[in-house]
Amino acid sequence: MAKIIGLPKLSPTMEEGVLVAWIKKEGDRVEVDELVAEVETDKATVEFRSFDRGVLLKILAPEGSTLKLDEPVAIIGKEGEDISELLKEIDARGSAEGARADATAESAERLSKAETTPDSKGDGGAVQEEDGSGDSGGRILASPLVRRIARERSIDLSTVEGTGPRGRIIKRDLEKIAERGEAPRGERLPPAEIRASSMRKTIARRLTEAKREIPHFYLVIDVDAEGMVEARTKINEMLASEGVKVSYNDLVVKAAALALRRVPEVNASYAGDVILRHRVVDISIAVAIPDGLVTPVVRDADKLSLAEIHRQIAELAEKAREKKLKPEEMSGGTFSVSNLGMYGIDEFSAVINPPEGAILAVSALRDEPVIRHGMVSPGKKMKLTLSCDHRVIDGAVGAEYMRVLRELLEEPIRLLAV
Amino acid sequence: MREITYREALREALFEEMRRDDRVFLMGEEVGHYDGAYKVSQGLLAEFGERRVIDTPIAEAGFAGIGIGAAMTGLRPIVEFMSWNFSFVAFDQIISNASKTYSMSGGKIKVPIVFRGPNGAAAQVAAQHSHTVEAFYAHIPGLWVANPSTPRDAKGLLKAAIRMDDPVVFLEGETLYNLKGEVPDASEDEIIPFGKARIAREGKDCTLIAWGAPFHTALAVADRLAKEAGIECDVIDPRTLRPIDETAILESVAKTNRCVIVHETWPYGGPGAEMVDLIQREAFDYLDAPVLRVGSLDVPMPYAKNLESLVLPTPERIETAIRRVTYREER
Repeated sequence: MAKIIGLPKLSPTMEEGVLVAWIKKEGDRVEVDELVAEVETDKATVEFRSFDRGVLLKILAPEGSTLKLDEPVAIIGKEGEDISELLKEIDARGSAEGARADATAESAERLSKAETTPDSKGDGGAVQEEDGSGDSGGRILASPLVRRIARERSIDLSTVEGTGPRGRIIKRDLEKIAERGEAPRGERLPPAEIRASSMRKTIARRLTEAKREIPHFYLVIDVDAEGMVEARTKINEMLASEGVKVSYNDLVVKAAALALRRVPEVNASYAGDVILRHRVVDISIAVAIPDGLVTPVVRDADKLSLAEIHRQIAELAEKAREKKLKPEEMSGGTFSVSNLGMYGIDEFSAVINPPEGAILAVSALRDEPVIRHGMVSPGKKMKLTLSCDHRVIDGAVGAEYMRVLRELLEEPIRLLAV
Repeated sequence: MREITYREALREALFEEMRRDDRVFLMGEEVGHYDGAYKVSQGLLAEFGERRVIDTPIAEAGFAGIGIGAAMTGLRPIVEFMSWNFSFVAFDQIISNASKTYSMSGGKIKVPIVFRGPNGAAAQVAAQHSHTVEAFYAHIPGLWVANPSTPRDAKGLLKAAIRMDDPVVFLEGETLYNLKGEVPDASEDEIIPFGKARIAREGKDCTLIAWGAPFHTALAVADRLAKEAGIECDVIDPRTLRPIDETAILESVAKTNRCVIVHETWPYGGPGAEMVDLIQREAFDYLDAPVLRVGSLDVPMPYAKNLESLVLPTPERIETAIRRVTYREER
């Protein structure tokens, strides 16, 4: 039997909608859940999918029209069906307000007919018949259980096909959807629970401690990386025969280590009554591994050649990914370097890795216009952020370290002079 | 565990309670010299004598009233109705005196009496003698109503009823007297408390509530549907209709989301309607389908055998109801 399709509630707060475009035209077949039109709601332009199967017999709302909820938009039914009665009914509805009241009264009447028809003797007869045909007058029929589940999981029931009597949505219908692994539109899936690994718990504990206990402050420099680019190119040409290819990170580690020798106050740890000023420069390298990160240590990085730094970092990173690092290879660092440049991060600040006193965050090498000799020309830049433990490193000391670091990186030949 | 009949279980309860407490006595039509119309009281006269096993005239209003009076003065009578159909003659005594005296005396006068006898349709005893009376008596505050379906429940509930200080309506299944079942030995002195349902079968798809003779029909349907259609019913026997085990019913419905109530009494204003009220009120958000009742048809019981069996709750009607609430109707 043909039925009038009203504007459905397509967002939780929707009260009216604009029919933006008809996807189907009169005479087209429409399947359940097939896209029929696009409707602009208070939130967005959303798809209006059919809850019924049949033929789109009549479009009642032209494109661009603004409609209240449940206001007739179309008639769907069997091919060639007479819809003159329905058209009269729509005419009779008059205003949108009246139309809604009618629809409610009508569905209530249908409902009462269906639920109480069989006989006034209750279950004196076989069992109450539930009307198997007919429609629900635009109201979504769902069992109380389904309504509760929908409330709890924010399921939009207008997107669920009911297979109970008169299209009632029953528990089985939600289960079927769940079995197919689909979430009904509107459903907020609960978070998946993933067991926290012991590494994850350690990260959580140590970094919470670090952020809570250590008064961090941050110093950012934006170095002109032109020199680094040139130096790296030349160095790699020289090392090509050995099959070594140093990275910008290797350059930064080397420079950071040498800068620590120049400004040893930064190579320090706060230990209550004493400050530990380290006499070795052991650089912890933050390495991302699946579900976490580790910080293997390059010992005496200030004394290593670039090629050696490169080799050691590569080896440690490899071991880290294979989870073969020994505890002693991950402890005892005096300063950390963390690099997210390969992810295109323009700037970030890192959390200090206690008991170290500072960590250097290395961002991406990027193309920037630079001014040289009063002229704007294409250049390379890189941002570096130092996170300092203010208990051992004061602003001026940190700034001096960053000044030295900038010198070393902007003129890498200085790496040989220190 | 040993197996005895429902009749023997009731008889054991009478013997044990009369031996235990000499204030307990039995009165009714043919309970003594004839050993009981249904032989429940067989042997009681021989052991306890005519002072405690009393044959009465055919006068239910009279001996029910005498029993109530005896209870008010400190004895613990058991009044047997040859059939609950005959209790209608004593209706005023039960309603106006037995159920009201404790309340109207401000708690000063207790009426510890048990009215017992066969309930429900038997074979072709027609309209006047086929009543299931639980709806009448469960309606009355001041009465407790028991309706055992198994020998074990019959014995344990009757012993509990005899020990209670209030009037109890004890409804025995007329067609169940020969039913055999496991019953613990007398030495165990098992008392089954009122208001505690028995879960006869567990399932996740539908709660099926039934008691008395139709309990067995319903259980058989549940077993068959599990095999044939994979529909698993939780089968609950409330055992007493006053008080009713609301927790057991609600917990089951919360699990299965559907419920069918089967009883032999008529649907209109029956215990099933009471349970539907409970379920829709307390478990509304757990319902996936309307709760359905299967009762006797809403007509006086016909004499004709074919019609009688159609009026009683049939396995077919029970199955239809279960399939309907589980949305598993055959198409």
